[in-house]
Amino acid sequence: MFHGVIEILLAEDSPADVELTLRTLRRSNLANNVHVARDGEEALDFLFCRGPHVARDFAAPKLVLLDLKLPKIDGIEVLQAIRANERTRLIPVVILTSSREQADVMSSYKLGVNSYIQKPVDFEQFQETIRQLGLYWLVVNQPPSEQ
Amino acid sequence: MFTSHPYSITAKLTRMNMLVSAVALALACGAFTAYTWLTFRAAMVAQLSVQARIIGFNSASALLFNDPVSAQKTLGALGASPNIMDAAIYGDDGQIFAGYWRGPKTLPEPLPQFDKGRTEAHWYTHGELLLARRIGPQAKPLGLVLIRSELGGLTRRLEGYAAIAAVVLAACLGAVVVISTGARRSVSEPIRRLAETARLVSRDKDYSLRTAATGSRDELDFLIESFNEMLEEIQQRDASLQQARDELEQRVEERTGQLHAANKELEAFSYSVSHDLRAPLRQISGFSRILVEENGAQLNADGRHYLERIEEGARSMGRLVDELLSMGRISRQEVMRKPVNLDLLCRETRECLRPEFEGRRIEWRIGALPTVECDAGLIKLVFTNLISNAVKYTRRRECAVIEAGQITLEGESVIFVRDNGAGFDQKYAHKLFGVFQRLHREEDFEGTGVGLATVQRIIHKHGGRIWAEGELDRGATFFFTLFPGKARRS
Repeated sequence: MFHGVIEILLAEDSPADVELTLRTLRRSNLANNVHVARDGEEALDFLFCRGPHVARDFAAPKLVLLDLKLPKIDGIEVLQAIRANERTRLIPVVILTSSREQADVMSSYKLGVNSYIQKPVDFEQFQETIRQLGLYWLVVNQPPSEQ
Repeated sequence: MFTSHPYSITAKLTRMNMLVSAVALALACGAFTAYTWLTFRAAMVAQLSVQARIIGFNSASALLFNDPVSAQKTLGALGASPNIMDAAIYGDDGQIFAGYWRGPKTLPEPLPQFDKGRTEAHWYTHGELLLARRIGPQAKPLGLVLIRSELGGLTRRLEGYAAIAAVVLAACLGAVVVISTGARRSVSEPIRRLAETARLVSRDKDYSLRTAATGSRDELDFLIESFNEMLEEIQQRDASLQQARDELEQRVEERTGQLHAANKELEAFSYSVSHDLRAPLRQISGFSRILVEENGAQLNADGRHYLERIEEGARSMGRLVDELLSMGRISRQEVMRKPVNLDLLCRETRECLRPEFEGRRIEWRIGALPTVECDAGLIKLVFTNLISNAVKYTRRRECAVIEAGQITLEGESVIFVRDNGAGFDQKYAHKLFGVFQRLHREEDFEGTGVGLATVQRIIHKHGGRIWAEGELDRGATFFFTLFPGKARRS
């Protein structure tokens, strides 16, 4: 594990959900390097080293946690941009959202999302879900090696 | 399809005219011929009679003085009459006294019987006229003159007439043809045009066609006018019908558009409910839990209790939101009817619910349920809700009895699910199917009041009805049908 390399990009507009998610990741010892983007534009700026992140050396995060309902550019569009770019298209993306509308699930999978998870309302279930999710994608899963 | 020779009426009219002319001409010719025949013969008789009288007068002395030569001379004068073939003077003894012959002698000798009382007689034989006349006074006749005349003149005259009649007939028929052709314009041409218009209207259903009026103010013109008026009326009716149809279609389109818009709004609403209502709930639940975890020690028992209440409230609201959303989804879902074995579906549902009644004593009575055309997924949801309710409300029974079956009410197949559980007061039966309506306290039997509302929506989407009968502490029965009016088995 390299220090300073961002492991998780969390795209989430609700500060409360950011706090709850980060706390859970921290408690599970999984949140060493999390970058939080508060809207779709920020998430894409970060990923493609644009705007405020122009000085960043490109390094793909191990996981992108993406909310669907984001200001400016919504989650589906962010996912589309990630999959359309040669450098980012292999990054594991997990949709983490409150919606469980079938239409959202379908369009996410059609765009090649790796997983679709509905945030449980119950906090205990939420914690458990985030813990398992982090564990699976950061520890268990073998990501595509960088060239 | 009706087809006709375009000029058949003209042909008929022409034929009729020709026939009438021919018949009229034939009748006229016949009458004229008969008249000619009769008058000609009468004239012949009169002529012969005069000649016989002259001969008789001139030969009376010859007979008296027995001078046949003189009589012969008198007879010879008849040679001037071309139609007289022969003539003879008979003596009192009946023997020929003197004669005139154009051909061989053929007059009878002696003379056949001649009525003594008559002066003159004539008769016809072999197309010839014979006339006999006494000579001398009636009381003391000297003899008799007999003249034979051919009727060739008559025949020739009749032949001439026939020739004239034939020529006139031919000219008449020709004239009829010419006049009929002219008449076509005034009679058969308008009829033909009318027939053609009728044919086109019937073939193309084009009611804007019209037949041109003849302008002659006759029955035909009236017929054409009436026909045109009829077409006008049909066209107007057609137009108003089309207009009504168009308006209806437009209205349907508008309504469909409104419905679509309403549906879209509803979808947008439930989407935002699904997304935006959950997040604050999770935060309430999350932060109160964190508070308990991180600052629990600083709180007294009451404080911890309140925090638990907050968490519980958030959880229960989360459940409500979920159930409301699923009810909304079901409302938007289309009913896909396929033959479904309800017996199998009911037993399957029971197996799915097994965790809910594990370890309980329940007597199941699932009777023969029919195979019915319905939406399997939705009807499974109906059974899930009804059986789950039955399991829930019989919880306090030592031995619960849960029954499912089919009965026929007024010829209609009705499915029912019955239990011997807590039941309900029949006077509140109408409240059972309302959203968030509950007839039991949450502490006694947990629930959101969405289940039966969902069940009712599904049944209504099938066009069926649902109702319930119950008695407090004795149990409840839910009845439903799956078709409008009458249930059909597949």
